[in-house]
Amino acid sequence: MLKTISETENFISHPILKVRGLNVKFGSEEVIKDLSFEVKKGEFLIVLGPNGAGKTTLFRAILGLVPSSGEIIWKEGGTPKISYLPERLSQDRFKNLALTVKEFFRFKENSNEKIFSILEAVGLKPEEVLNKNPGNLSSGQFQRMLIAWSLISEPEVLFFDEPAIGIDIGGEETIYSLLEKFWKQKGITILLITHDLDIVYKYATNILCLSKKGVCCFGPPREILTSEALEKIYGTEVKFYEHKH
Amino acid sequence: MDFQFFLSLISAIFIGGVAGYLGSLMITKRMGLVGGPLGHLALPGVALALVYHFSVFYGALLTIIVGGILIWLLEIKTKAPIEALTGLVFASGVALGFLILPFSDEHQLEEALIGDITQISFTDTILVIILSTLIFLTIRKIYSKLVLAEISEDLAKTEGIKVKKYNFIYLACIAVIVALTVKVVGGLLPVALIVIPALTARNISRSSFQYSFGSLIFGTVSVIFGIFLANYFHLPAGLLIILAGALIFIISIFFKRN
Repeated sequence: MLKTISETENFISHPILKVRGLNVKFGSEEVIKDLSFEVKKGEFLIVLGPNGAGKTTLFRAILGLVPSSGEIIWKEGGTPKISYLPERLSQDRFKNLALTVKEFFRFKENSNEKIFSILEAVGLKPEEVLNKNPGNLSSGQFQRMLIAWSLISEPEVLFFDEPAIGIDIGGEETIYSLLEKFWKQKGITILLITHDLDIVYKYATNILCLSKKGVCCFGPPREILTSEALEKIYGTEVKFYEHKH
Repeated sequence: MDFQFFLSLISAIFIGGVAGYLGSLMITKRMGLVGGPLGHLALPGVALALVYHFSVFYGALLTIIVGGILIWLLEIKTKAPIEALTGLVFASGVALGFLILPFSDEHQLEEALIGDITQISFTDTILVIILSTLIFLTIRKIYSKLVLAEISEDLAKTEGIKVKKYNFIYLACIAVIVALTVKVVGGLLPVALIVIPALTARNISRSSFQYSFGSLIFGTVSVIFGIFLANYFHLPAGLLIILAGALIFIISIFFKRN
């Protein structure tokens, strides 16, 4: 059972995941080479890097979806409960299916009560969306629904690959602020891939940067995200201005 | 109603209903047309059964299972699309089937190609009822898992669904149901029993429940219509079942939900 905690800092403590010397090869191409890092319980880790740097492959390797070598060690007591929202889980996939939002949630959860309450928690009106096809929701509602879907199993670790950037999900909330809300409430460990440098300072407790050259950095945002570091990751064109919050 | 007619009606209802139900999943997985090639794959088995006088069902099942396993292994080995591999295997099956068929007489050729449920035996009817029920229960258990895998295989795997295992069970079910449909509509037309009811249900359903069970119901209804019409007009039942299904599909277009 997940504990509800009031102070984020209090629960960032023990490593929940250790990755040691991870290698992933597709044929002769080394996509990830000798990568090591660790994630503490309750951390909000953002994985940065240009296209093709192996961010999605890293997630898929950790989740055992692609073969890899090296060590992936979960906390004592075995693999925690994981939810994963893959990249490009588009609405179009749903449009051709005869499937309601309720049935989509039933894949994971049988209790109507739980489905109702998680939909409400992400700001959706259950009676409005439950009998609709996910493909027919507005894009904001769809993003909220996906977050609800990933959270309904009460995961300890959430892998989130590039939530659609710039989608207005309505109100003052963004996808990130919604995620942050649950991160703080439930003490979930979040690993998130994004291109959106803007949000890094606001939410990340740690950053893992990957680049095509295999150069990577790992640490808290203020230590890592210097202009030089970004140049190394993305090349020379990138300019970055620190946002004062 | 004479007993033979009753046997053929019951068998066809079970086969038609379950073929429709499984067909709804096959269309979701964009594998609707696979039923066609697999039916053709049954031809060498059907031909053997007719020449050596054993049940068409066993002959069809034998070559479909051999073909199905072959497709499954080739997919793992080559990672080529299942549909393309099915094409490779079924074409070889048809070629083989027609090499054997000329040894049987004309009526048998017709039975092999468009089926004949009207002479089904009592033991075959029992077999049909048992197998159809088993397949229905199996598919009902794995239905939602395979739909989730269709939405995203990574998502399904992370949820602990053993996609490979369920795909195998699913393919095995297809093999058995196609072998059963061969008895009703022959080696040429199993695709009709699989695809048409699901297409009809798709037109008028919003949820997965309505769609899958709607397919089962439309499969059953077209079979009942077809069999009664065939009995009345003394025409091949398989053909009328398909045309009844197609007619219901056309009617459903006017009730289509957006």
